[in-house]
Amino acid sequence: MAKQLVIEQDGVVRESLGNAMFRVELENGHMIMAHISGKMRMHYIKILPGDKVKIEMSPYDLTKGRITFRYK
Amino acid sequence: MLTIKTEEEIEIIKHSSLLVGETLAEVARYLKPGVSTATLDKVAETYIRDHGAVPGFKGYRGFPATLCVSVNDEVVHGIPGKREIREGDIVSVDCGVLKNGFYGDSAYTFGIAPVKENYIKLMHITRESLLRGISRAVAGNRTGDIGSEIQQFTESHGFSVVRVLVGHGLGRKLHEEPEVPNFGQRGEGVLLRERMVICIEPMINFGKKGVTQDRDGWTIRTKDRLPSAHFEHVVVIRKQQAEVLSSFDEIEKAINAINNDHIWLNN
Repeated sequence: MAKQLVIEQDGVVRESLGNAMFRVELENGHMIMAHISGKMRMHYIKILPGDKVKIEMSPYDLTKGRITFRYK
Repeated sequence: MLTIKTEEEIEIIKHSSLLVGETLAEVARYLKPGVSTATLDKVAETYIRDHGAVPGFKGYRGFPATLCVSVNDEVVHGIPGKREIREGDIVSVDCGVLKNGFYGDSAYTFGIAPVKENYIKLMHITRESLLRGISRAVAGNRTGDIGSEIQQFTESHGFSVVRVLVGHGLGRKLHEEPEVPNFGQRGEGVLLRERMVICIEPMINFGKKGVTQDRDGWTIRTKDRLPSAHFEHVVVIRKQQAEVLSSFDEIEKAINAINNDHIWLNN
Protein backbone atom coordinates (compact mmCIF):
# COMPACT_ATOMS: atom_id res chain seq x y z
CA MET A 1 0.00 0.00 0.00
CA ALA A 2 1.41 3.33 -1.01
CA LYS A 3 2.05 5.95 1.59
CA GLN A 4 -0.04 9.03 1.09
CA LEU A 5 1.61 12.37 1.59
CA VAL A 6 -0.35 15.03 3.39
CA ILE A 7 -1.80 17.35 0.79
CA GLU A 8 -4.75 18.99 2.46
CA GLN A 9 -5.05 19.99 6.07
CA ASP A 10 -7.16 22.29 8.17
CA GLY A 11 -5.76 25.08 10.26
CA VAL A 12 -6.62 28.27 12.06
CA VAL A 13 -5.35 31.68 10.99
CA ARG A 14 -3.28 33.21 13.78
CA GLU A 15 -1.88 36.36 12.25
CA SER A 16 -2.38 38.44 9.14
CA LEU A 17 0.90 39.53 7.60
CA GLY A 18 -0.32 41.59 4.68
CA ASN A 19 0.41 40.85 1.03
CA ALA A 20 -2.16 38.06 1.27
CA MET A 21 0.15 36.16 3.60
CA PHE A 22 -0.96 34.63 6.85
CA ARG A 23 0.53 32.69 9.68
CA VAL A 24 -1.61 29.60 10.18
CA GLU A 25 -1.60 27.06 12.95
CA LEU A 26 -2.29 23.56 11.65
CA GLU A 27 -4.27 20.96 13.49
CA ASN A 28 -1.05 19.18 14.40
CA GLY A 29 0.22 22.31 16.12
CA HIS A 30 2.73 23.44 13.50
CA MET A 31 2.85 27.10 12.52
CA ILE A 32 3.27 27.68 8.81
CA MET A 33 3.23 30.58 6.38
CA ALA A 34 0.33 30.48 3.98
CA HIS A 35 -0.81 32.68 1.17
CA ILE A 36 -4.28 32.83 -0.22
CA SER A 37 -4.95 31.16 -3.52
CA GLY A 38 -5.34 33.34 -6.60
CA LYS A 39 -8.87 32.16 -7.13
CA MET A 40 -9.89 33.23 -3.63
CA ARG A 41 -8.29 36.60 -4.28
CA MET A 42 -10.26 37.02 -7.48
CA HIS A 43 -13.45 36.47 -5.57
CA TYR A 44 -12.45 38.85 -2.77
CA ILE A 45 -12.77 36.27 -0.05
CA LYS A 46 -11.57 37.95 3.11
CA ILE A 47 -9.63 36.11 5.75
CA LEU A 48 -9.24 37.27 9.32
CA PRO A 49 -7.28 35.92 12.26
CA GLY A 50 -9.33 33.20 13.93
CA ASP A 51 -10.82 31.84 10.70
CA LYS A 52 -10.65 28.13 10.07
CA VAL A 53 -9.14 27.45 6.66
CA LYS A 54 -8.17 24.58 4.41
CA ILE A 55 -4.49 24.48 3.50
CA GLU A 56 -2.89 22.79 0.53
CA MET A 57 0.72 21.81 0.99
CA SER A 58 3.56 20.42 -1.03
CA PRO A 59 5.73 17.65 0.36
CA TYR A 60 8.81 19.60 -0.66
CA ASP A 61 8.41 22.54 1.66
CA LEU A 62 6.48 21.89 4.82
CA THR A 63 6.79 25.43 6.12
CA LYS A 64 4.59 27.01 3.48
CA GLY A 65 1.09 26.39 2.26
CA ARG A 66 -1.75 27.75 0.19
CA ILE A 67 -5.14 28.63 1.59
CA THR A 68 -7.78 27.12 -0.67
CA PHE A 69 -10.93 27.43 1.41
CA ARG A 70 -12.26 29.49 4.28
CA TYR A 71 -14.81 27.70 6.43
CA LYS A 72 -17.82 29.64 7.57
CA MET B 1 13.36 6.51 12.44
CA LEU B 2 15.47 4.72 9.89
CA THR B 3 15.86 1.12 10.75
CA ILE B 4 18.61 -1.15 9.57
CA LYS B 5 17.35 -4.73 9.76
CA THR B 6 19.26 -7.77 10.92
CA GLU B 7 19.59 -10.76 8.58
CA GLU B 8 17.08 -12.66 10.73
CA GLU B 9 14.52 -9.88 10.38
CA ILE B 10 15.11 -9.71 6.63
CA GLU B 11 14.43 -13.44 6.45
CA ILE B 12 11.06 -12.96 8.18
CA ILE B 13 10.13 -10.05 5.92
CA LYS B 14 11.03 -12.21 2.93
CA HIS B 15 8.74 -14.92 4.25
CA SER B 16 5.87 -12.43 4.61
CA SER B 17 6.55 -10.92 1.19
CA LEU B 18 6.51 -14.29 -0.54
CA LEU B 19 3.19 -15.04 1.11
CA VAL B 20 1.86 -11.83 -0.45
CA GLY B 21 3.02 -13.11 -3.85
CA GLU B 22 1.24 -16.41 -3.29
CA THR B 23 -1.89 -14.57 -2.20
CA LEU B 24 -1.87 -12.50 -5.35
CA ALA B 25 -1.42 -15.71 -7.32
CA GLU B 26 -4.50 -17.11 -5.58
CA VAL B 27 -6.38 -13.94 -6.50
CA ALA B 28 -5.24 -14.35 -10.11
CA ARG B 29 -6.88 -17.79 -10.19
CA TYR B 30 -10.25 -16.17 -9.52
CA LEU B 31 -9.77 -13.12 -11.64
CA LYS B 32 -12.02 -13.10 -14.68
CA PRO B 33 -14.77 -10.98 -16.17
CA GLY B 34 -17.88 -10.92 -13.98
CA VAL B 35 -16.20 -11.55 -10.66
CA SER B 36 -16.78 -8.85 -8.05
CA THR B 37 -13.86 -7.20 -6.33
CA ALA B 38 -15.36 -8.16 -2.97
CA THR B 39 -15.05 -11.81 -3.95
CA LEU B 40 -11.36 -11.35 -4.66
CA ASP B 41 -10.97 -9.73 -1.28
CA LYS B 42 -12.58 -12.68 0.42
CA VAL B 43 -10.35 -15.12 -1.45
CA ALA B 44 -7.27 -13.23 -0.35
CA GLU B 45 -8.32 -12.95 3.27
CA THR B 46 -9.10 -16.66 3.53
CA TYR B 47 -5.81 -17.56 1.91
CA ILE B 48 -3.81 -15.30 4.21
CA ARG B 49 -5.51 -16.55 7.37
CA ASP B 50 -5.09 -20.17 6.27
CA HIS B 51 -1.38 -19.54 6.14
CA GLY B 52 -1.08 -18.30 9.68
CA ALA B 53 -0.92 -14.63 8.85
CA VAL B 54 -3.11 -11.57 9.26
CA PRO B 55 -4.16 -9.19 6.46
CA GLY B 56 -1.82 -6.23 6.69
CA PHE B 57 -4.15 -3.55 5.37
CA LYS B 58 -7.32 -4.40 7.26
CA GLY B 59 -7.73 -1.80 9.95
CA TYR B 60 -4.65 0.14 8.87
CA ARG B 61 -5.78 3.74 9.44
CA GLY B 62 -9.29 2.34 9.13
CA PHE B 63 -8.94 0.64 5.74
CA PRO B 64 -11.81 -1.85 5.61
CA ALA B 65 -10.40 -4.67 3.46
CA THR B 66 -7.57 -7.09 2.80
CA LEU B 67 -6.83 -5.99 -0.74
CA CYS B 68 -6.69 -2.69 -2.50
CA VAL B 69 -8.34 -3.39 -5.84
CA SER B 70 -8.01 -0.44 -8.17
CA VAL B 71 -9.64 -0.75 -11.57
CA ASN B 72 -8.72 1.40 -14.59
CA ASP B 73 -8.71 5.06 -13.55
CA GLU B 74 -8.38 4.12 -9.90
CA VAL B 75 -4.71 4.50 -9.10
CA VAL B 76 -4.46 2.79 -5.72
CA HIS B 77 -6.34 2.13 -2.47
CA GLY B 78 -9.56 1.05 -4.18
CA ILE B 79 -11.91 -0.54 -1.67
CA PRO B 80 -13.26 -3.91 -2.84
CA GLY B 81 -17.01 -3.96 -3.29
CA LYS B 82 -19.81 -4.91 -5.65
CA ARG B 83 -17.97 -3.69 -8.73
CA GLU B 84 -17.52 -6.44 -11.29
CA ILE B 85 -14.40 -6.93 -13.34
CA ARG B 86 -15.03 -6.47 -17.04
CA GLU B 87 -13.18 -7.30 -20.21
CA GLY B 88 -10.53 -4.76 -21.06
CA ASP B 89 -10.07 -3.62 -17.45
CA ILE B 90 -6.67 -3.15 -15.97
CA VAL B 91 -6.83 -4.17 -12.36
CA SER B 92 -4.18 -3.27 -9.83
CA VAL B 93 -4.25 -5.55 -6.81
CA ASP B 94 -2.22 -4.49 -3.78
CA CYS B 95 -1.87 -6.82 -0.83
CA GLY B 96 -0.16 -6.80 2.54
CA VAL B 97 0.22 -9.40 5.26
CA LEU B 98 1.51 -9.42 8.81
CA LYS B 99 3.27 -12.57 9.92
CA ASN B 100 5.71 -13.18 12.78
CA GLY B 101 5.61 -9.48 13.58
CA PHE B 102 6.74 -8.26 10.16
CA TYR B 103 4.85 -6.99 7.15
CA GLY B 104 5.02 -7.98 3.51
CA ASP B 105 3.62 -5.69 0.82
CA SER B 106 3.40 -6.14 -2.93
CA ALA B 107 1.21 -5.17 -5.85
CA TYR B 108 0.56 -6.38 -9.37
CA THR B 109 -1.50 -5.02 -12.24
CA PHE B 110 -3.53 -7.53 -14.21
CA GLY B 111 -4.91 -6.86 -17.65
CA ILE B 112 -8.21 -8.57 -18.39
CA ALA B 113 -8.13 -9.60 -22.05
CA PRO B 114 -8.69 -8.07 -24.49
CA VAL B 115 -6.69 -5.06 -23.33
CA LYS B 116 -6.05 -2.05 -25.54
CA GLU B 117 -2.59 -2.03 -27.03
CA ASN B 118 -1.49 1.22 -25.41
CA TYR B 119 -2.72 0.15 -21.99
CA ILE B 120 -0.59 -2.95 -22.32
CA LYS B 121 2.30 -0.64 -22.97
CA LEU B 122 1.43 1.31 -19.83
CA MET B 123 1.57 -1.84 -17.71
CA HIS B 124 4.73 -2.99 -19.40
CA ILE B 125 6.53 0.31 -18.89
CA THR B 126 5.38 0.55 -15.27
CA ARG B 127 6.75 -2.87 -14.54
CA GLU B 128 9.97 -2.12 -16.36
CA SER B 129 10.33 1.15 -14.42
CA LEU B 130 10.03 -0.79 -11.16
CA LEU B 131 12.92 -3.01 -12.19
CA ARG B 132 14.95 0.00 -13.27
CA GLY B 133 14.23 1.67 -9.94
CA ILE B 134 15.37 -1.43 -8.12
CA SER B 135 18.63 -1.39 -10.07
CA ARG B 136 19.37 1.99 -8.46
CA ALA B 137 18.57 0.81 -4.95
CA VAL B 138 22.11 0.10 -3.81
CA ALA B 139 23.96 1.20 -0.70
CA GLY B 140 25.41 4.68 -1.12
CA ASN B 141 22.71 5.86 -3.49
CA ARG B 142 19.85 8.07 -2.38
CA THR B 143 16.09 7.75 -2.73
CA GLY B 144 16.23 10.45 -5.41
CA ASP B 145 18.34 8.13 -7.58
CA ILE B 146 15.54 5.58 -7.60
CA GLY B 147 12.91 8.24 -8.19
CA SER B 148 14.68 10.01 -11.02
CA GLU B 149 15.30 6.71 -12.82
CA ILE B 150 11.60 5.79 -12.65
CA GLN B 151 10.49 9.28 -13.59
CA GLN B 152 12.81 9.67 -16.55
CA PHE B 153 12.05 6.26 -17.94
CA THR B 154 8.26 6.53 -17.70
CA GLU B 155 8.07 10.15 -18.82
CA SER B 156 10.22 9.36 -21.85
CA HIS B 157 7.38 7.08 -22.90
CA GLY B 158 4.82 9.84 -22.44
CA PHE B 159 3.35 8.63 -19.15
CA SER B 160 3.36 10.50 -15.85
CA VAL B 161 4.24 9.76 -12.24
CA VAL B 162 1.79 10.23 -9.38
CA ARG B 163 3.24 12.68 -6.85
CA VAL B 164 1.13 12.45 -3.73
CA LEU B 165 1.77 8.75 -3.17
CA VAL B 166 5.18 7.32 -2.50
CA GLY B 167 6.94 4.10 -1.62
CA HIS B 168 8.06 3.55 1.94
CA GLY B 169 10.21 1.64 4.37
CA LEU B 170 8.81 -1.65 5.65
CA GLY B 171 9.30 -3.74 8.74
CA ARG B 172 7.41 -4.02 12.01
CA LYS B 173 5.19 -1.27 10.66
CA LEU B 174 3.57 -1.09 7.24
CA HIS B 175 4.91 2.38 6.59
CA GLU B 176 8.33 3.24 7.94
CA GLU B 177 10.98 5.76 7.09
CA PRO B 178 12.22 6.62 4.52
CA GLU B 179 9.76 7.85 1.92
CA VAL B 180 10.64 6.54 -1.53
CA PRO B 181 9.15 8.85 -4.17
CA ASN B 182 8.88 7.66 -7.76
CA PHE B 183 10.14 11.01 -8.94
CA GLY B 184 12.98 13.29 -7.99
CA GLN B 185 16.50 14.41 -8.62
CA ARG B 186 19.57 12.29 -8.73
CA GLY B 187 21.65 12.55 -5.58
CA GLU B 188 18.86 13.95 -3.45
CA GLY B 189 16.81 12.37 -0.72
CA VAL B 190 17.64 9.89 2.00
CA LEU B 191 20.91 7.97 1.86
CA LEU B 192 20.34 4.25 1.34
CA ARG B 193 22.29 1.98 3.62
CA GLU B 194 22.85 -1.72 3.64
CA ARG B 195 20.06 -3.87 5.12
CA MET B 196 17.41 -1.16 4.86
CA VAL B 197 14.11 -2.62 3.63
CA ILE B 198 12.03 -0.46 1.32
CA CYS B 199 9.00 -0.82 -0.93
CA ILE B 200 9.40 0.61 -4.40
CA GLU B 201 6.06 1.12 -6.06
CA PRO B 202 5.75 3.19 -9.19
CA MET B 203 2.20 4.39 -9.82
CA ILE B 204 2.17 5.47 -13.43
CA ASN B 205 -0.67 7.34 -15.13
CA PHE B 206 -1.51 6.98 -18.78
CA GLY B 207 -2.45 10.66 -19.00
CA LYS B 208 -1.57 13.44 -16.64
CA LYS B 209 -0.18 13.14 -13.15
CA GLY B 210 -3.05 14.77 -11.26
CA VAL B 211 -5.15 12.61 -8.95
CA THR B 212 -8.22 13.09 -6.81
CA GLN B 213 -9.49 11.28 -3.77
CA ASP B 214 -12.97 9.80 -3.64
CA ARG B 215 -15.45 10.60 -0.89
CA ASP B 216 -14.76 7.22 0.70
CA GLY B 217 -11.50 8.72 1.92
CA TRP B 218 -9.35 6.08 0.25
CA THR B 219 -9.73 5.54 -3.47
CA ILE B 220 -7.26 7.61 -5.46
CA ARG B 221 -8.39 8.28 -9.01
CA THR B 222 -6.70 10.01 -11.92
CA LYS B 223 -8.06 13.47 -12.53
CA ASP B 224 -8.37 12.89 -16.28
CA ARG B 225 -10.01 9.49 -15.68
CA LEU B 226 -7.42 7.71 -17.79
CA PRO B 227 -6.05 4.43 -16.49
CA SER B 228 -3.14 3.98 -14.14
CA ALA B 229 -0.87 1.02 -13.41
CA HIS B 230 0.93 0.03 -10.24
CA PHE B 231 3.58 -2.57 -9.41
CA GLU B 232 5.30 -2.99 -6.08
CA HIS B 233 8.25 -4.97 -4.76
CA VAL B 234 9.88 -5.20 -1.36
CA VAL B 235 13.65 -4.87 -1.64
CA VAL B 236 16.54 -4.91 0.78
CA ILE B 237 19.45 -2.61 0.07
CA ARG B 238 22.74 -4.39 -0.57
CA LYS B 239 26.20 -3.28 -1.60
CA GLN B 240 26.20 -4.27 -5.26
CA GLN B 241 22.60 -4.96 -6.13
CA ALA B 242 19.35 -4.81 -4.21
CA GLU B 243 17.83 -8.12 -3.20
CA VAL B 244 14.16 -8.41 -4.12
CA LEU B 245 12.25 -10.04 -1.28
CA SER B 246 8.82 -10.27 -2.89
CA SER B 247 8.22 -12.21 -6.07
CA PHE B 248 5.87 -12.19 -9.05
CA ASP B 249 6.84 -15.75 -10.04
CA GLU B 250 3.89 -17.42 -8.35
CA ILE B 251 1.49 -14.91 -9.85
CA GLU B 252 2.74 -15.51 -13.35
CA LYS B 253 2.75 -19.24 -12.87
CA ALA B 254 -0.89 -19.04 -11.82
CA ILE B 255 -1.80 -16.93 -14.84
CA ASN B 256 0.00 -19.37 -17.12
CA ALA B 257 -1.61 -22.39 -15.55
CA ILE B 258 -5.27 -21.48 -15.50
CA ASN B 259 -6.55 -18.17 -16.59
CA ASN B 260 -4.55 -17.79 -19.72
CA ASP B 261 -7.48 -16.65 -21.82
CA HIS B 262 -8.58 -14.01 -19.38
CA ILE B 263 -5.42 -12.41 -18.17
CA TRP B 264 -2.82 -10.86 -20.31
CA LEU B 265 0.62 -11.99 -19.19
CA ASN B 266 3.03 -9.20 -18.54
CA ASN B 267 6.64 -10.14 -19.14
